[in-house]
Amino acid sequence: MKADRSSVAQQASAPLEVVSLVSLGQHPVSGRLRRAEQDARALELCLALERQSAPGAVSLSAWHASGSEIALGSEQDQALRGYLGMGLESLTLVTPNAPGAAPLKAVDQPVVDVWPLLVTRLKQAAPQLVVCGGQGETGEGSGLLPHLLAESLGWPLVEGIVAIESCDGAHLTALQALPRGQRRRLRVKLPALVSVDSAAPAARQSAFAQARRGELSTLASGELVHDAQAETFGVAPARKRPKRLKRIKATSARDRFKAAAAKAEGGGGKRLEGVSAEEGAAEILKLLREEGVLR
Amino acid sequence: MTIPVDPQATERESLPRRDPRLEQQARNRLHPQHLIALQALGRGAAAPQERWMGPKGVTRRDPHVGHFIAANGRKRIDRSGRSGPAAAGAGQPAVVAKARVLPLVEIASPAFLIAVVPDMTGGRLSSHDRDVLGLARQIADADPAHQGAVLAITFGTLREDGDAADSVGLGAAGADRWLHFADTLHDGYAPLAQLAELEAIDGKLAPRLWLLPESRTGGGERGRRLGARLLCRGDALARPSGNAYQLDGELAAIGRGELVEVSVTGRSGNGQQDLTRPLTRIVLCEAECAEPVEDVRHAALPLEWEAASTARAVPDVIEDLGPVAVDPSAIALGEAEFILSAGNGIRDWDGFHRAASLLGATEGASRVAVDDGFMPRARQVGATGTWVTARVYVAVGISGAIQHLQGIQRCDKVVAINTDGGCDMVKRADLSVIGDAGAILASLCQQLEAERSAVSDASAAGQAPAAPSTSSSASSATLAADAA
Ligand SMILES: Cc1cc2nc3c(=O)[nH]c(=O)nc-3n(C[C@H](O)[C@H](O)[C@H](O)COP(=O)(O)OP(=O)(O)OC[C@H]3O[C@@H](n4cnc5c(N)ncnc54)[C@H](O)[C@@H]3O)c2cc1C
Repeated sequence: MKADRSSVAQQASAPLEVVSLVSLGQHPVSGRLRRAEQDARALELCLALERQSAPGAVSLSAWHASGSEIALGSEQDQALRGYLGMGLESLTLVTPNAPGAAPLKAVDQPVVDVWPLLVTRLKQAAPQLVVCGGQGETGEGSGLLPHLLAESLGWPLVEGIVAIESCDGAHLTALQALPRGQRRRLRVKLPALVSVDSAAPAARQSAFAQARRGELSTLASGELVHDAQAETFGVAPARKRPKRLKRIKATSARDRFKAAAAKAEGGGGKRLEGVSAEEGAAEILKLLREEGVLR
Repeated sequence: MTIPVDPQATERESLPRRDPRLEQQARNRLHPQHLIALQALGRGAAAPQERWMGPKGVTRRDPHVGHFIAANGRKRIDRSGRSGPAAAGAGQPAVVAKARVLPLVEIASPAFLIAVVPDMTGGRLSSHDRDVLGLARQIADADPAHQGAVLAITFGTLREDGDAADSVGLGAAGADRWLHFADTLHDGYAPLAQLAELEAIDGKLAPRLWLLPESRTGGGERGRRLGARLLCRGDALARPSGNAYQLDGELAAIGRGELVEVSVTGRSGNGQQDLTRPLTRIVLCEAECAEPVEDVRHAALPLEWEAASTARAVPDVIEDLGPVAVDPSAIALGEAEFILSAGNGIRDWDGFHRAASLLGATEGASRVAVDDGFMPRARQVGATGTWVTARVYVAVGISGAIQHLQGIQRCDKVVAINTDGGCDMVKRADLSVIGDAGAILASLCQQLEAERSAVSDASAAGQAPAAPSTSSSASSATLAADAA
């Protein structure tokens, strides 16, 4: 996890273009819009990359794709400014060419597919690295967007990155989080997409003044596309799922009693008694190797 | 006046009929016809039965047979289940009848396929995998007239867990067909190669449905990658239904290919909402989405698959440089994979810490070790500490009080090192070494150090071990046997 600060790209000529994709988040308890947890971590990763490389070697921009324009001072605006407060001068709103166009169908909650917008925009801007959160906090939150981007751009996507160790113009070396706190080192050919989940380092606080100062600039690209499938989804507050009951399959009263009253039972464990410490230790090592926990 | 007893009389009749007189004679040991009556009723006098099925379907037992003489000299009925018809040998304790043979279900020509890609974390089926296979089973069996089969697709090195016929236990979990890509490439991170294989399978075998576990250990990512690939190829039905936990509607419709008849419910990304949608071809299933398969064994026939070269043809834009050493003490106890835990039996604490760092294990402790100030509170395992989920838990000098055992309920393999062979931890353990903890840990350290110095000597001499991901046979994914 020790990032090799010295090896980060220093190509004075062409800075590394990094784009951080950010979305609107929602507080799980209050339900208010805020910066999304994973996207903020993604931005944090980009800021860390910027900091650890030479000045001017990384040019970072943050994009938010939206189906409509966002009014100054609206709840969305406030939420997006949370990202600006992390130390950005500006945030780009990627909107469709005709954002105000009427929805295709009269539906209660029109859902706009933003990935075609982003694909168009990314093809134009051609950054080397795109960093985003793994799953959105509003709407379906399917976690499909990075995959769709990667698939339509033909770029590689790696999930669950926790640190970018080095990045030259052609390759990226990063650490990927595995379950149980393990890490794996990956080398990815650029241009690439990187997604971040909650294993990544926590995002810094958002500074209020910086958030006020920062600028949201709108950039129209691509056509408005409706997600007709998602508009038909039935949405309900999450129902609590029942816990699975422990089913006891006993054929006799004695087995049932044992199952109900059982405590530690002499399982078919192997038992080494009266052996020397060396033999015992060797046997334990053998088991640890079989289980693959010893490296 | 005597009525002649015909021993064959009862057998000639198709309906079971009782002969009260005969039964009375059989019950009365003093009756002159007693032995004949016993024989006529099919109960040999030589070995009187301990239990039999009574006429009303209730088990009857003869108290004169299954008894023993208790300490106070009185006859007691033996209820331990140790004697009787189940236990063959009278003398030995009956622990033998363990290997249950499950009835085998074979589906020769399925009408459709349900594909499942279990995670096989650590080369084994997880309980989540079993649930997903259970759901696939429900769908495949929904309509007996239109029987489907479950195809399990696995990657990488697997562990032998089952018996000879069903080496990794996929059959017992409900798989009829099995496609395995044994290439060691898949032991690391090879998402694009796996995606290529899955896409090829989708094209060739056209499974009705793809079910994957919604997990961070592979399933979620594979499903989304496959979904995105198929969506971009124009298959609008391939949009994955994430966090799914419930299917509603007539499951038999899936087999007929009418996916819209069934709806799937899953959580939204933030877990605050339930989304209900028509079923799509890729479903990412939550844990406990269905009951796992029990009591039957499916065939898990290896499928022949010749497209083994697809994986190699993928450009290597993502390269796995292997796992990175992580400081085990930085891993939260609750999610550590390998824990070395200390109890009141530890005298040499420096030796314990050294062993933990050499083994690369996260340290845990029993409450007594924490109360005595040898370990921080955050390291306590058990009811009032952390409930751990380690795959391997080594308990050193821990007696196994119930509060401690509760905390390690979800551990797979438990190793106990203890001087007391009768303690509860030894009963729980899969491997227990009876002996002094200090000596065993010291020897463990010594053996590890000896090995590591040997390895580093070897690599210093220029024989660096080859990276495992580069040495694998290209055709290893082709499987021998053919499936119907
Ligand atoms: C409300 C409540 C909650 C509790 N919660 C927890 C909890 O969360 N976690 C927890 O751990 N406990 C908990 N306890 C305490 C628990 O009941 C036991 O007291 C405690 O687990 C015992 O710890 P131990 O096994 O380390 O010590 P002991 O019971 O003293 O066992 C020491 C073991 O070490 C062995 N030994 C001794 N010398 C050696 C040697 N040289 N080499 C090898 N082995 C040796 C002994 O044979 C013995 O088996 C709780 C108790 C209560 C009342």
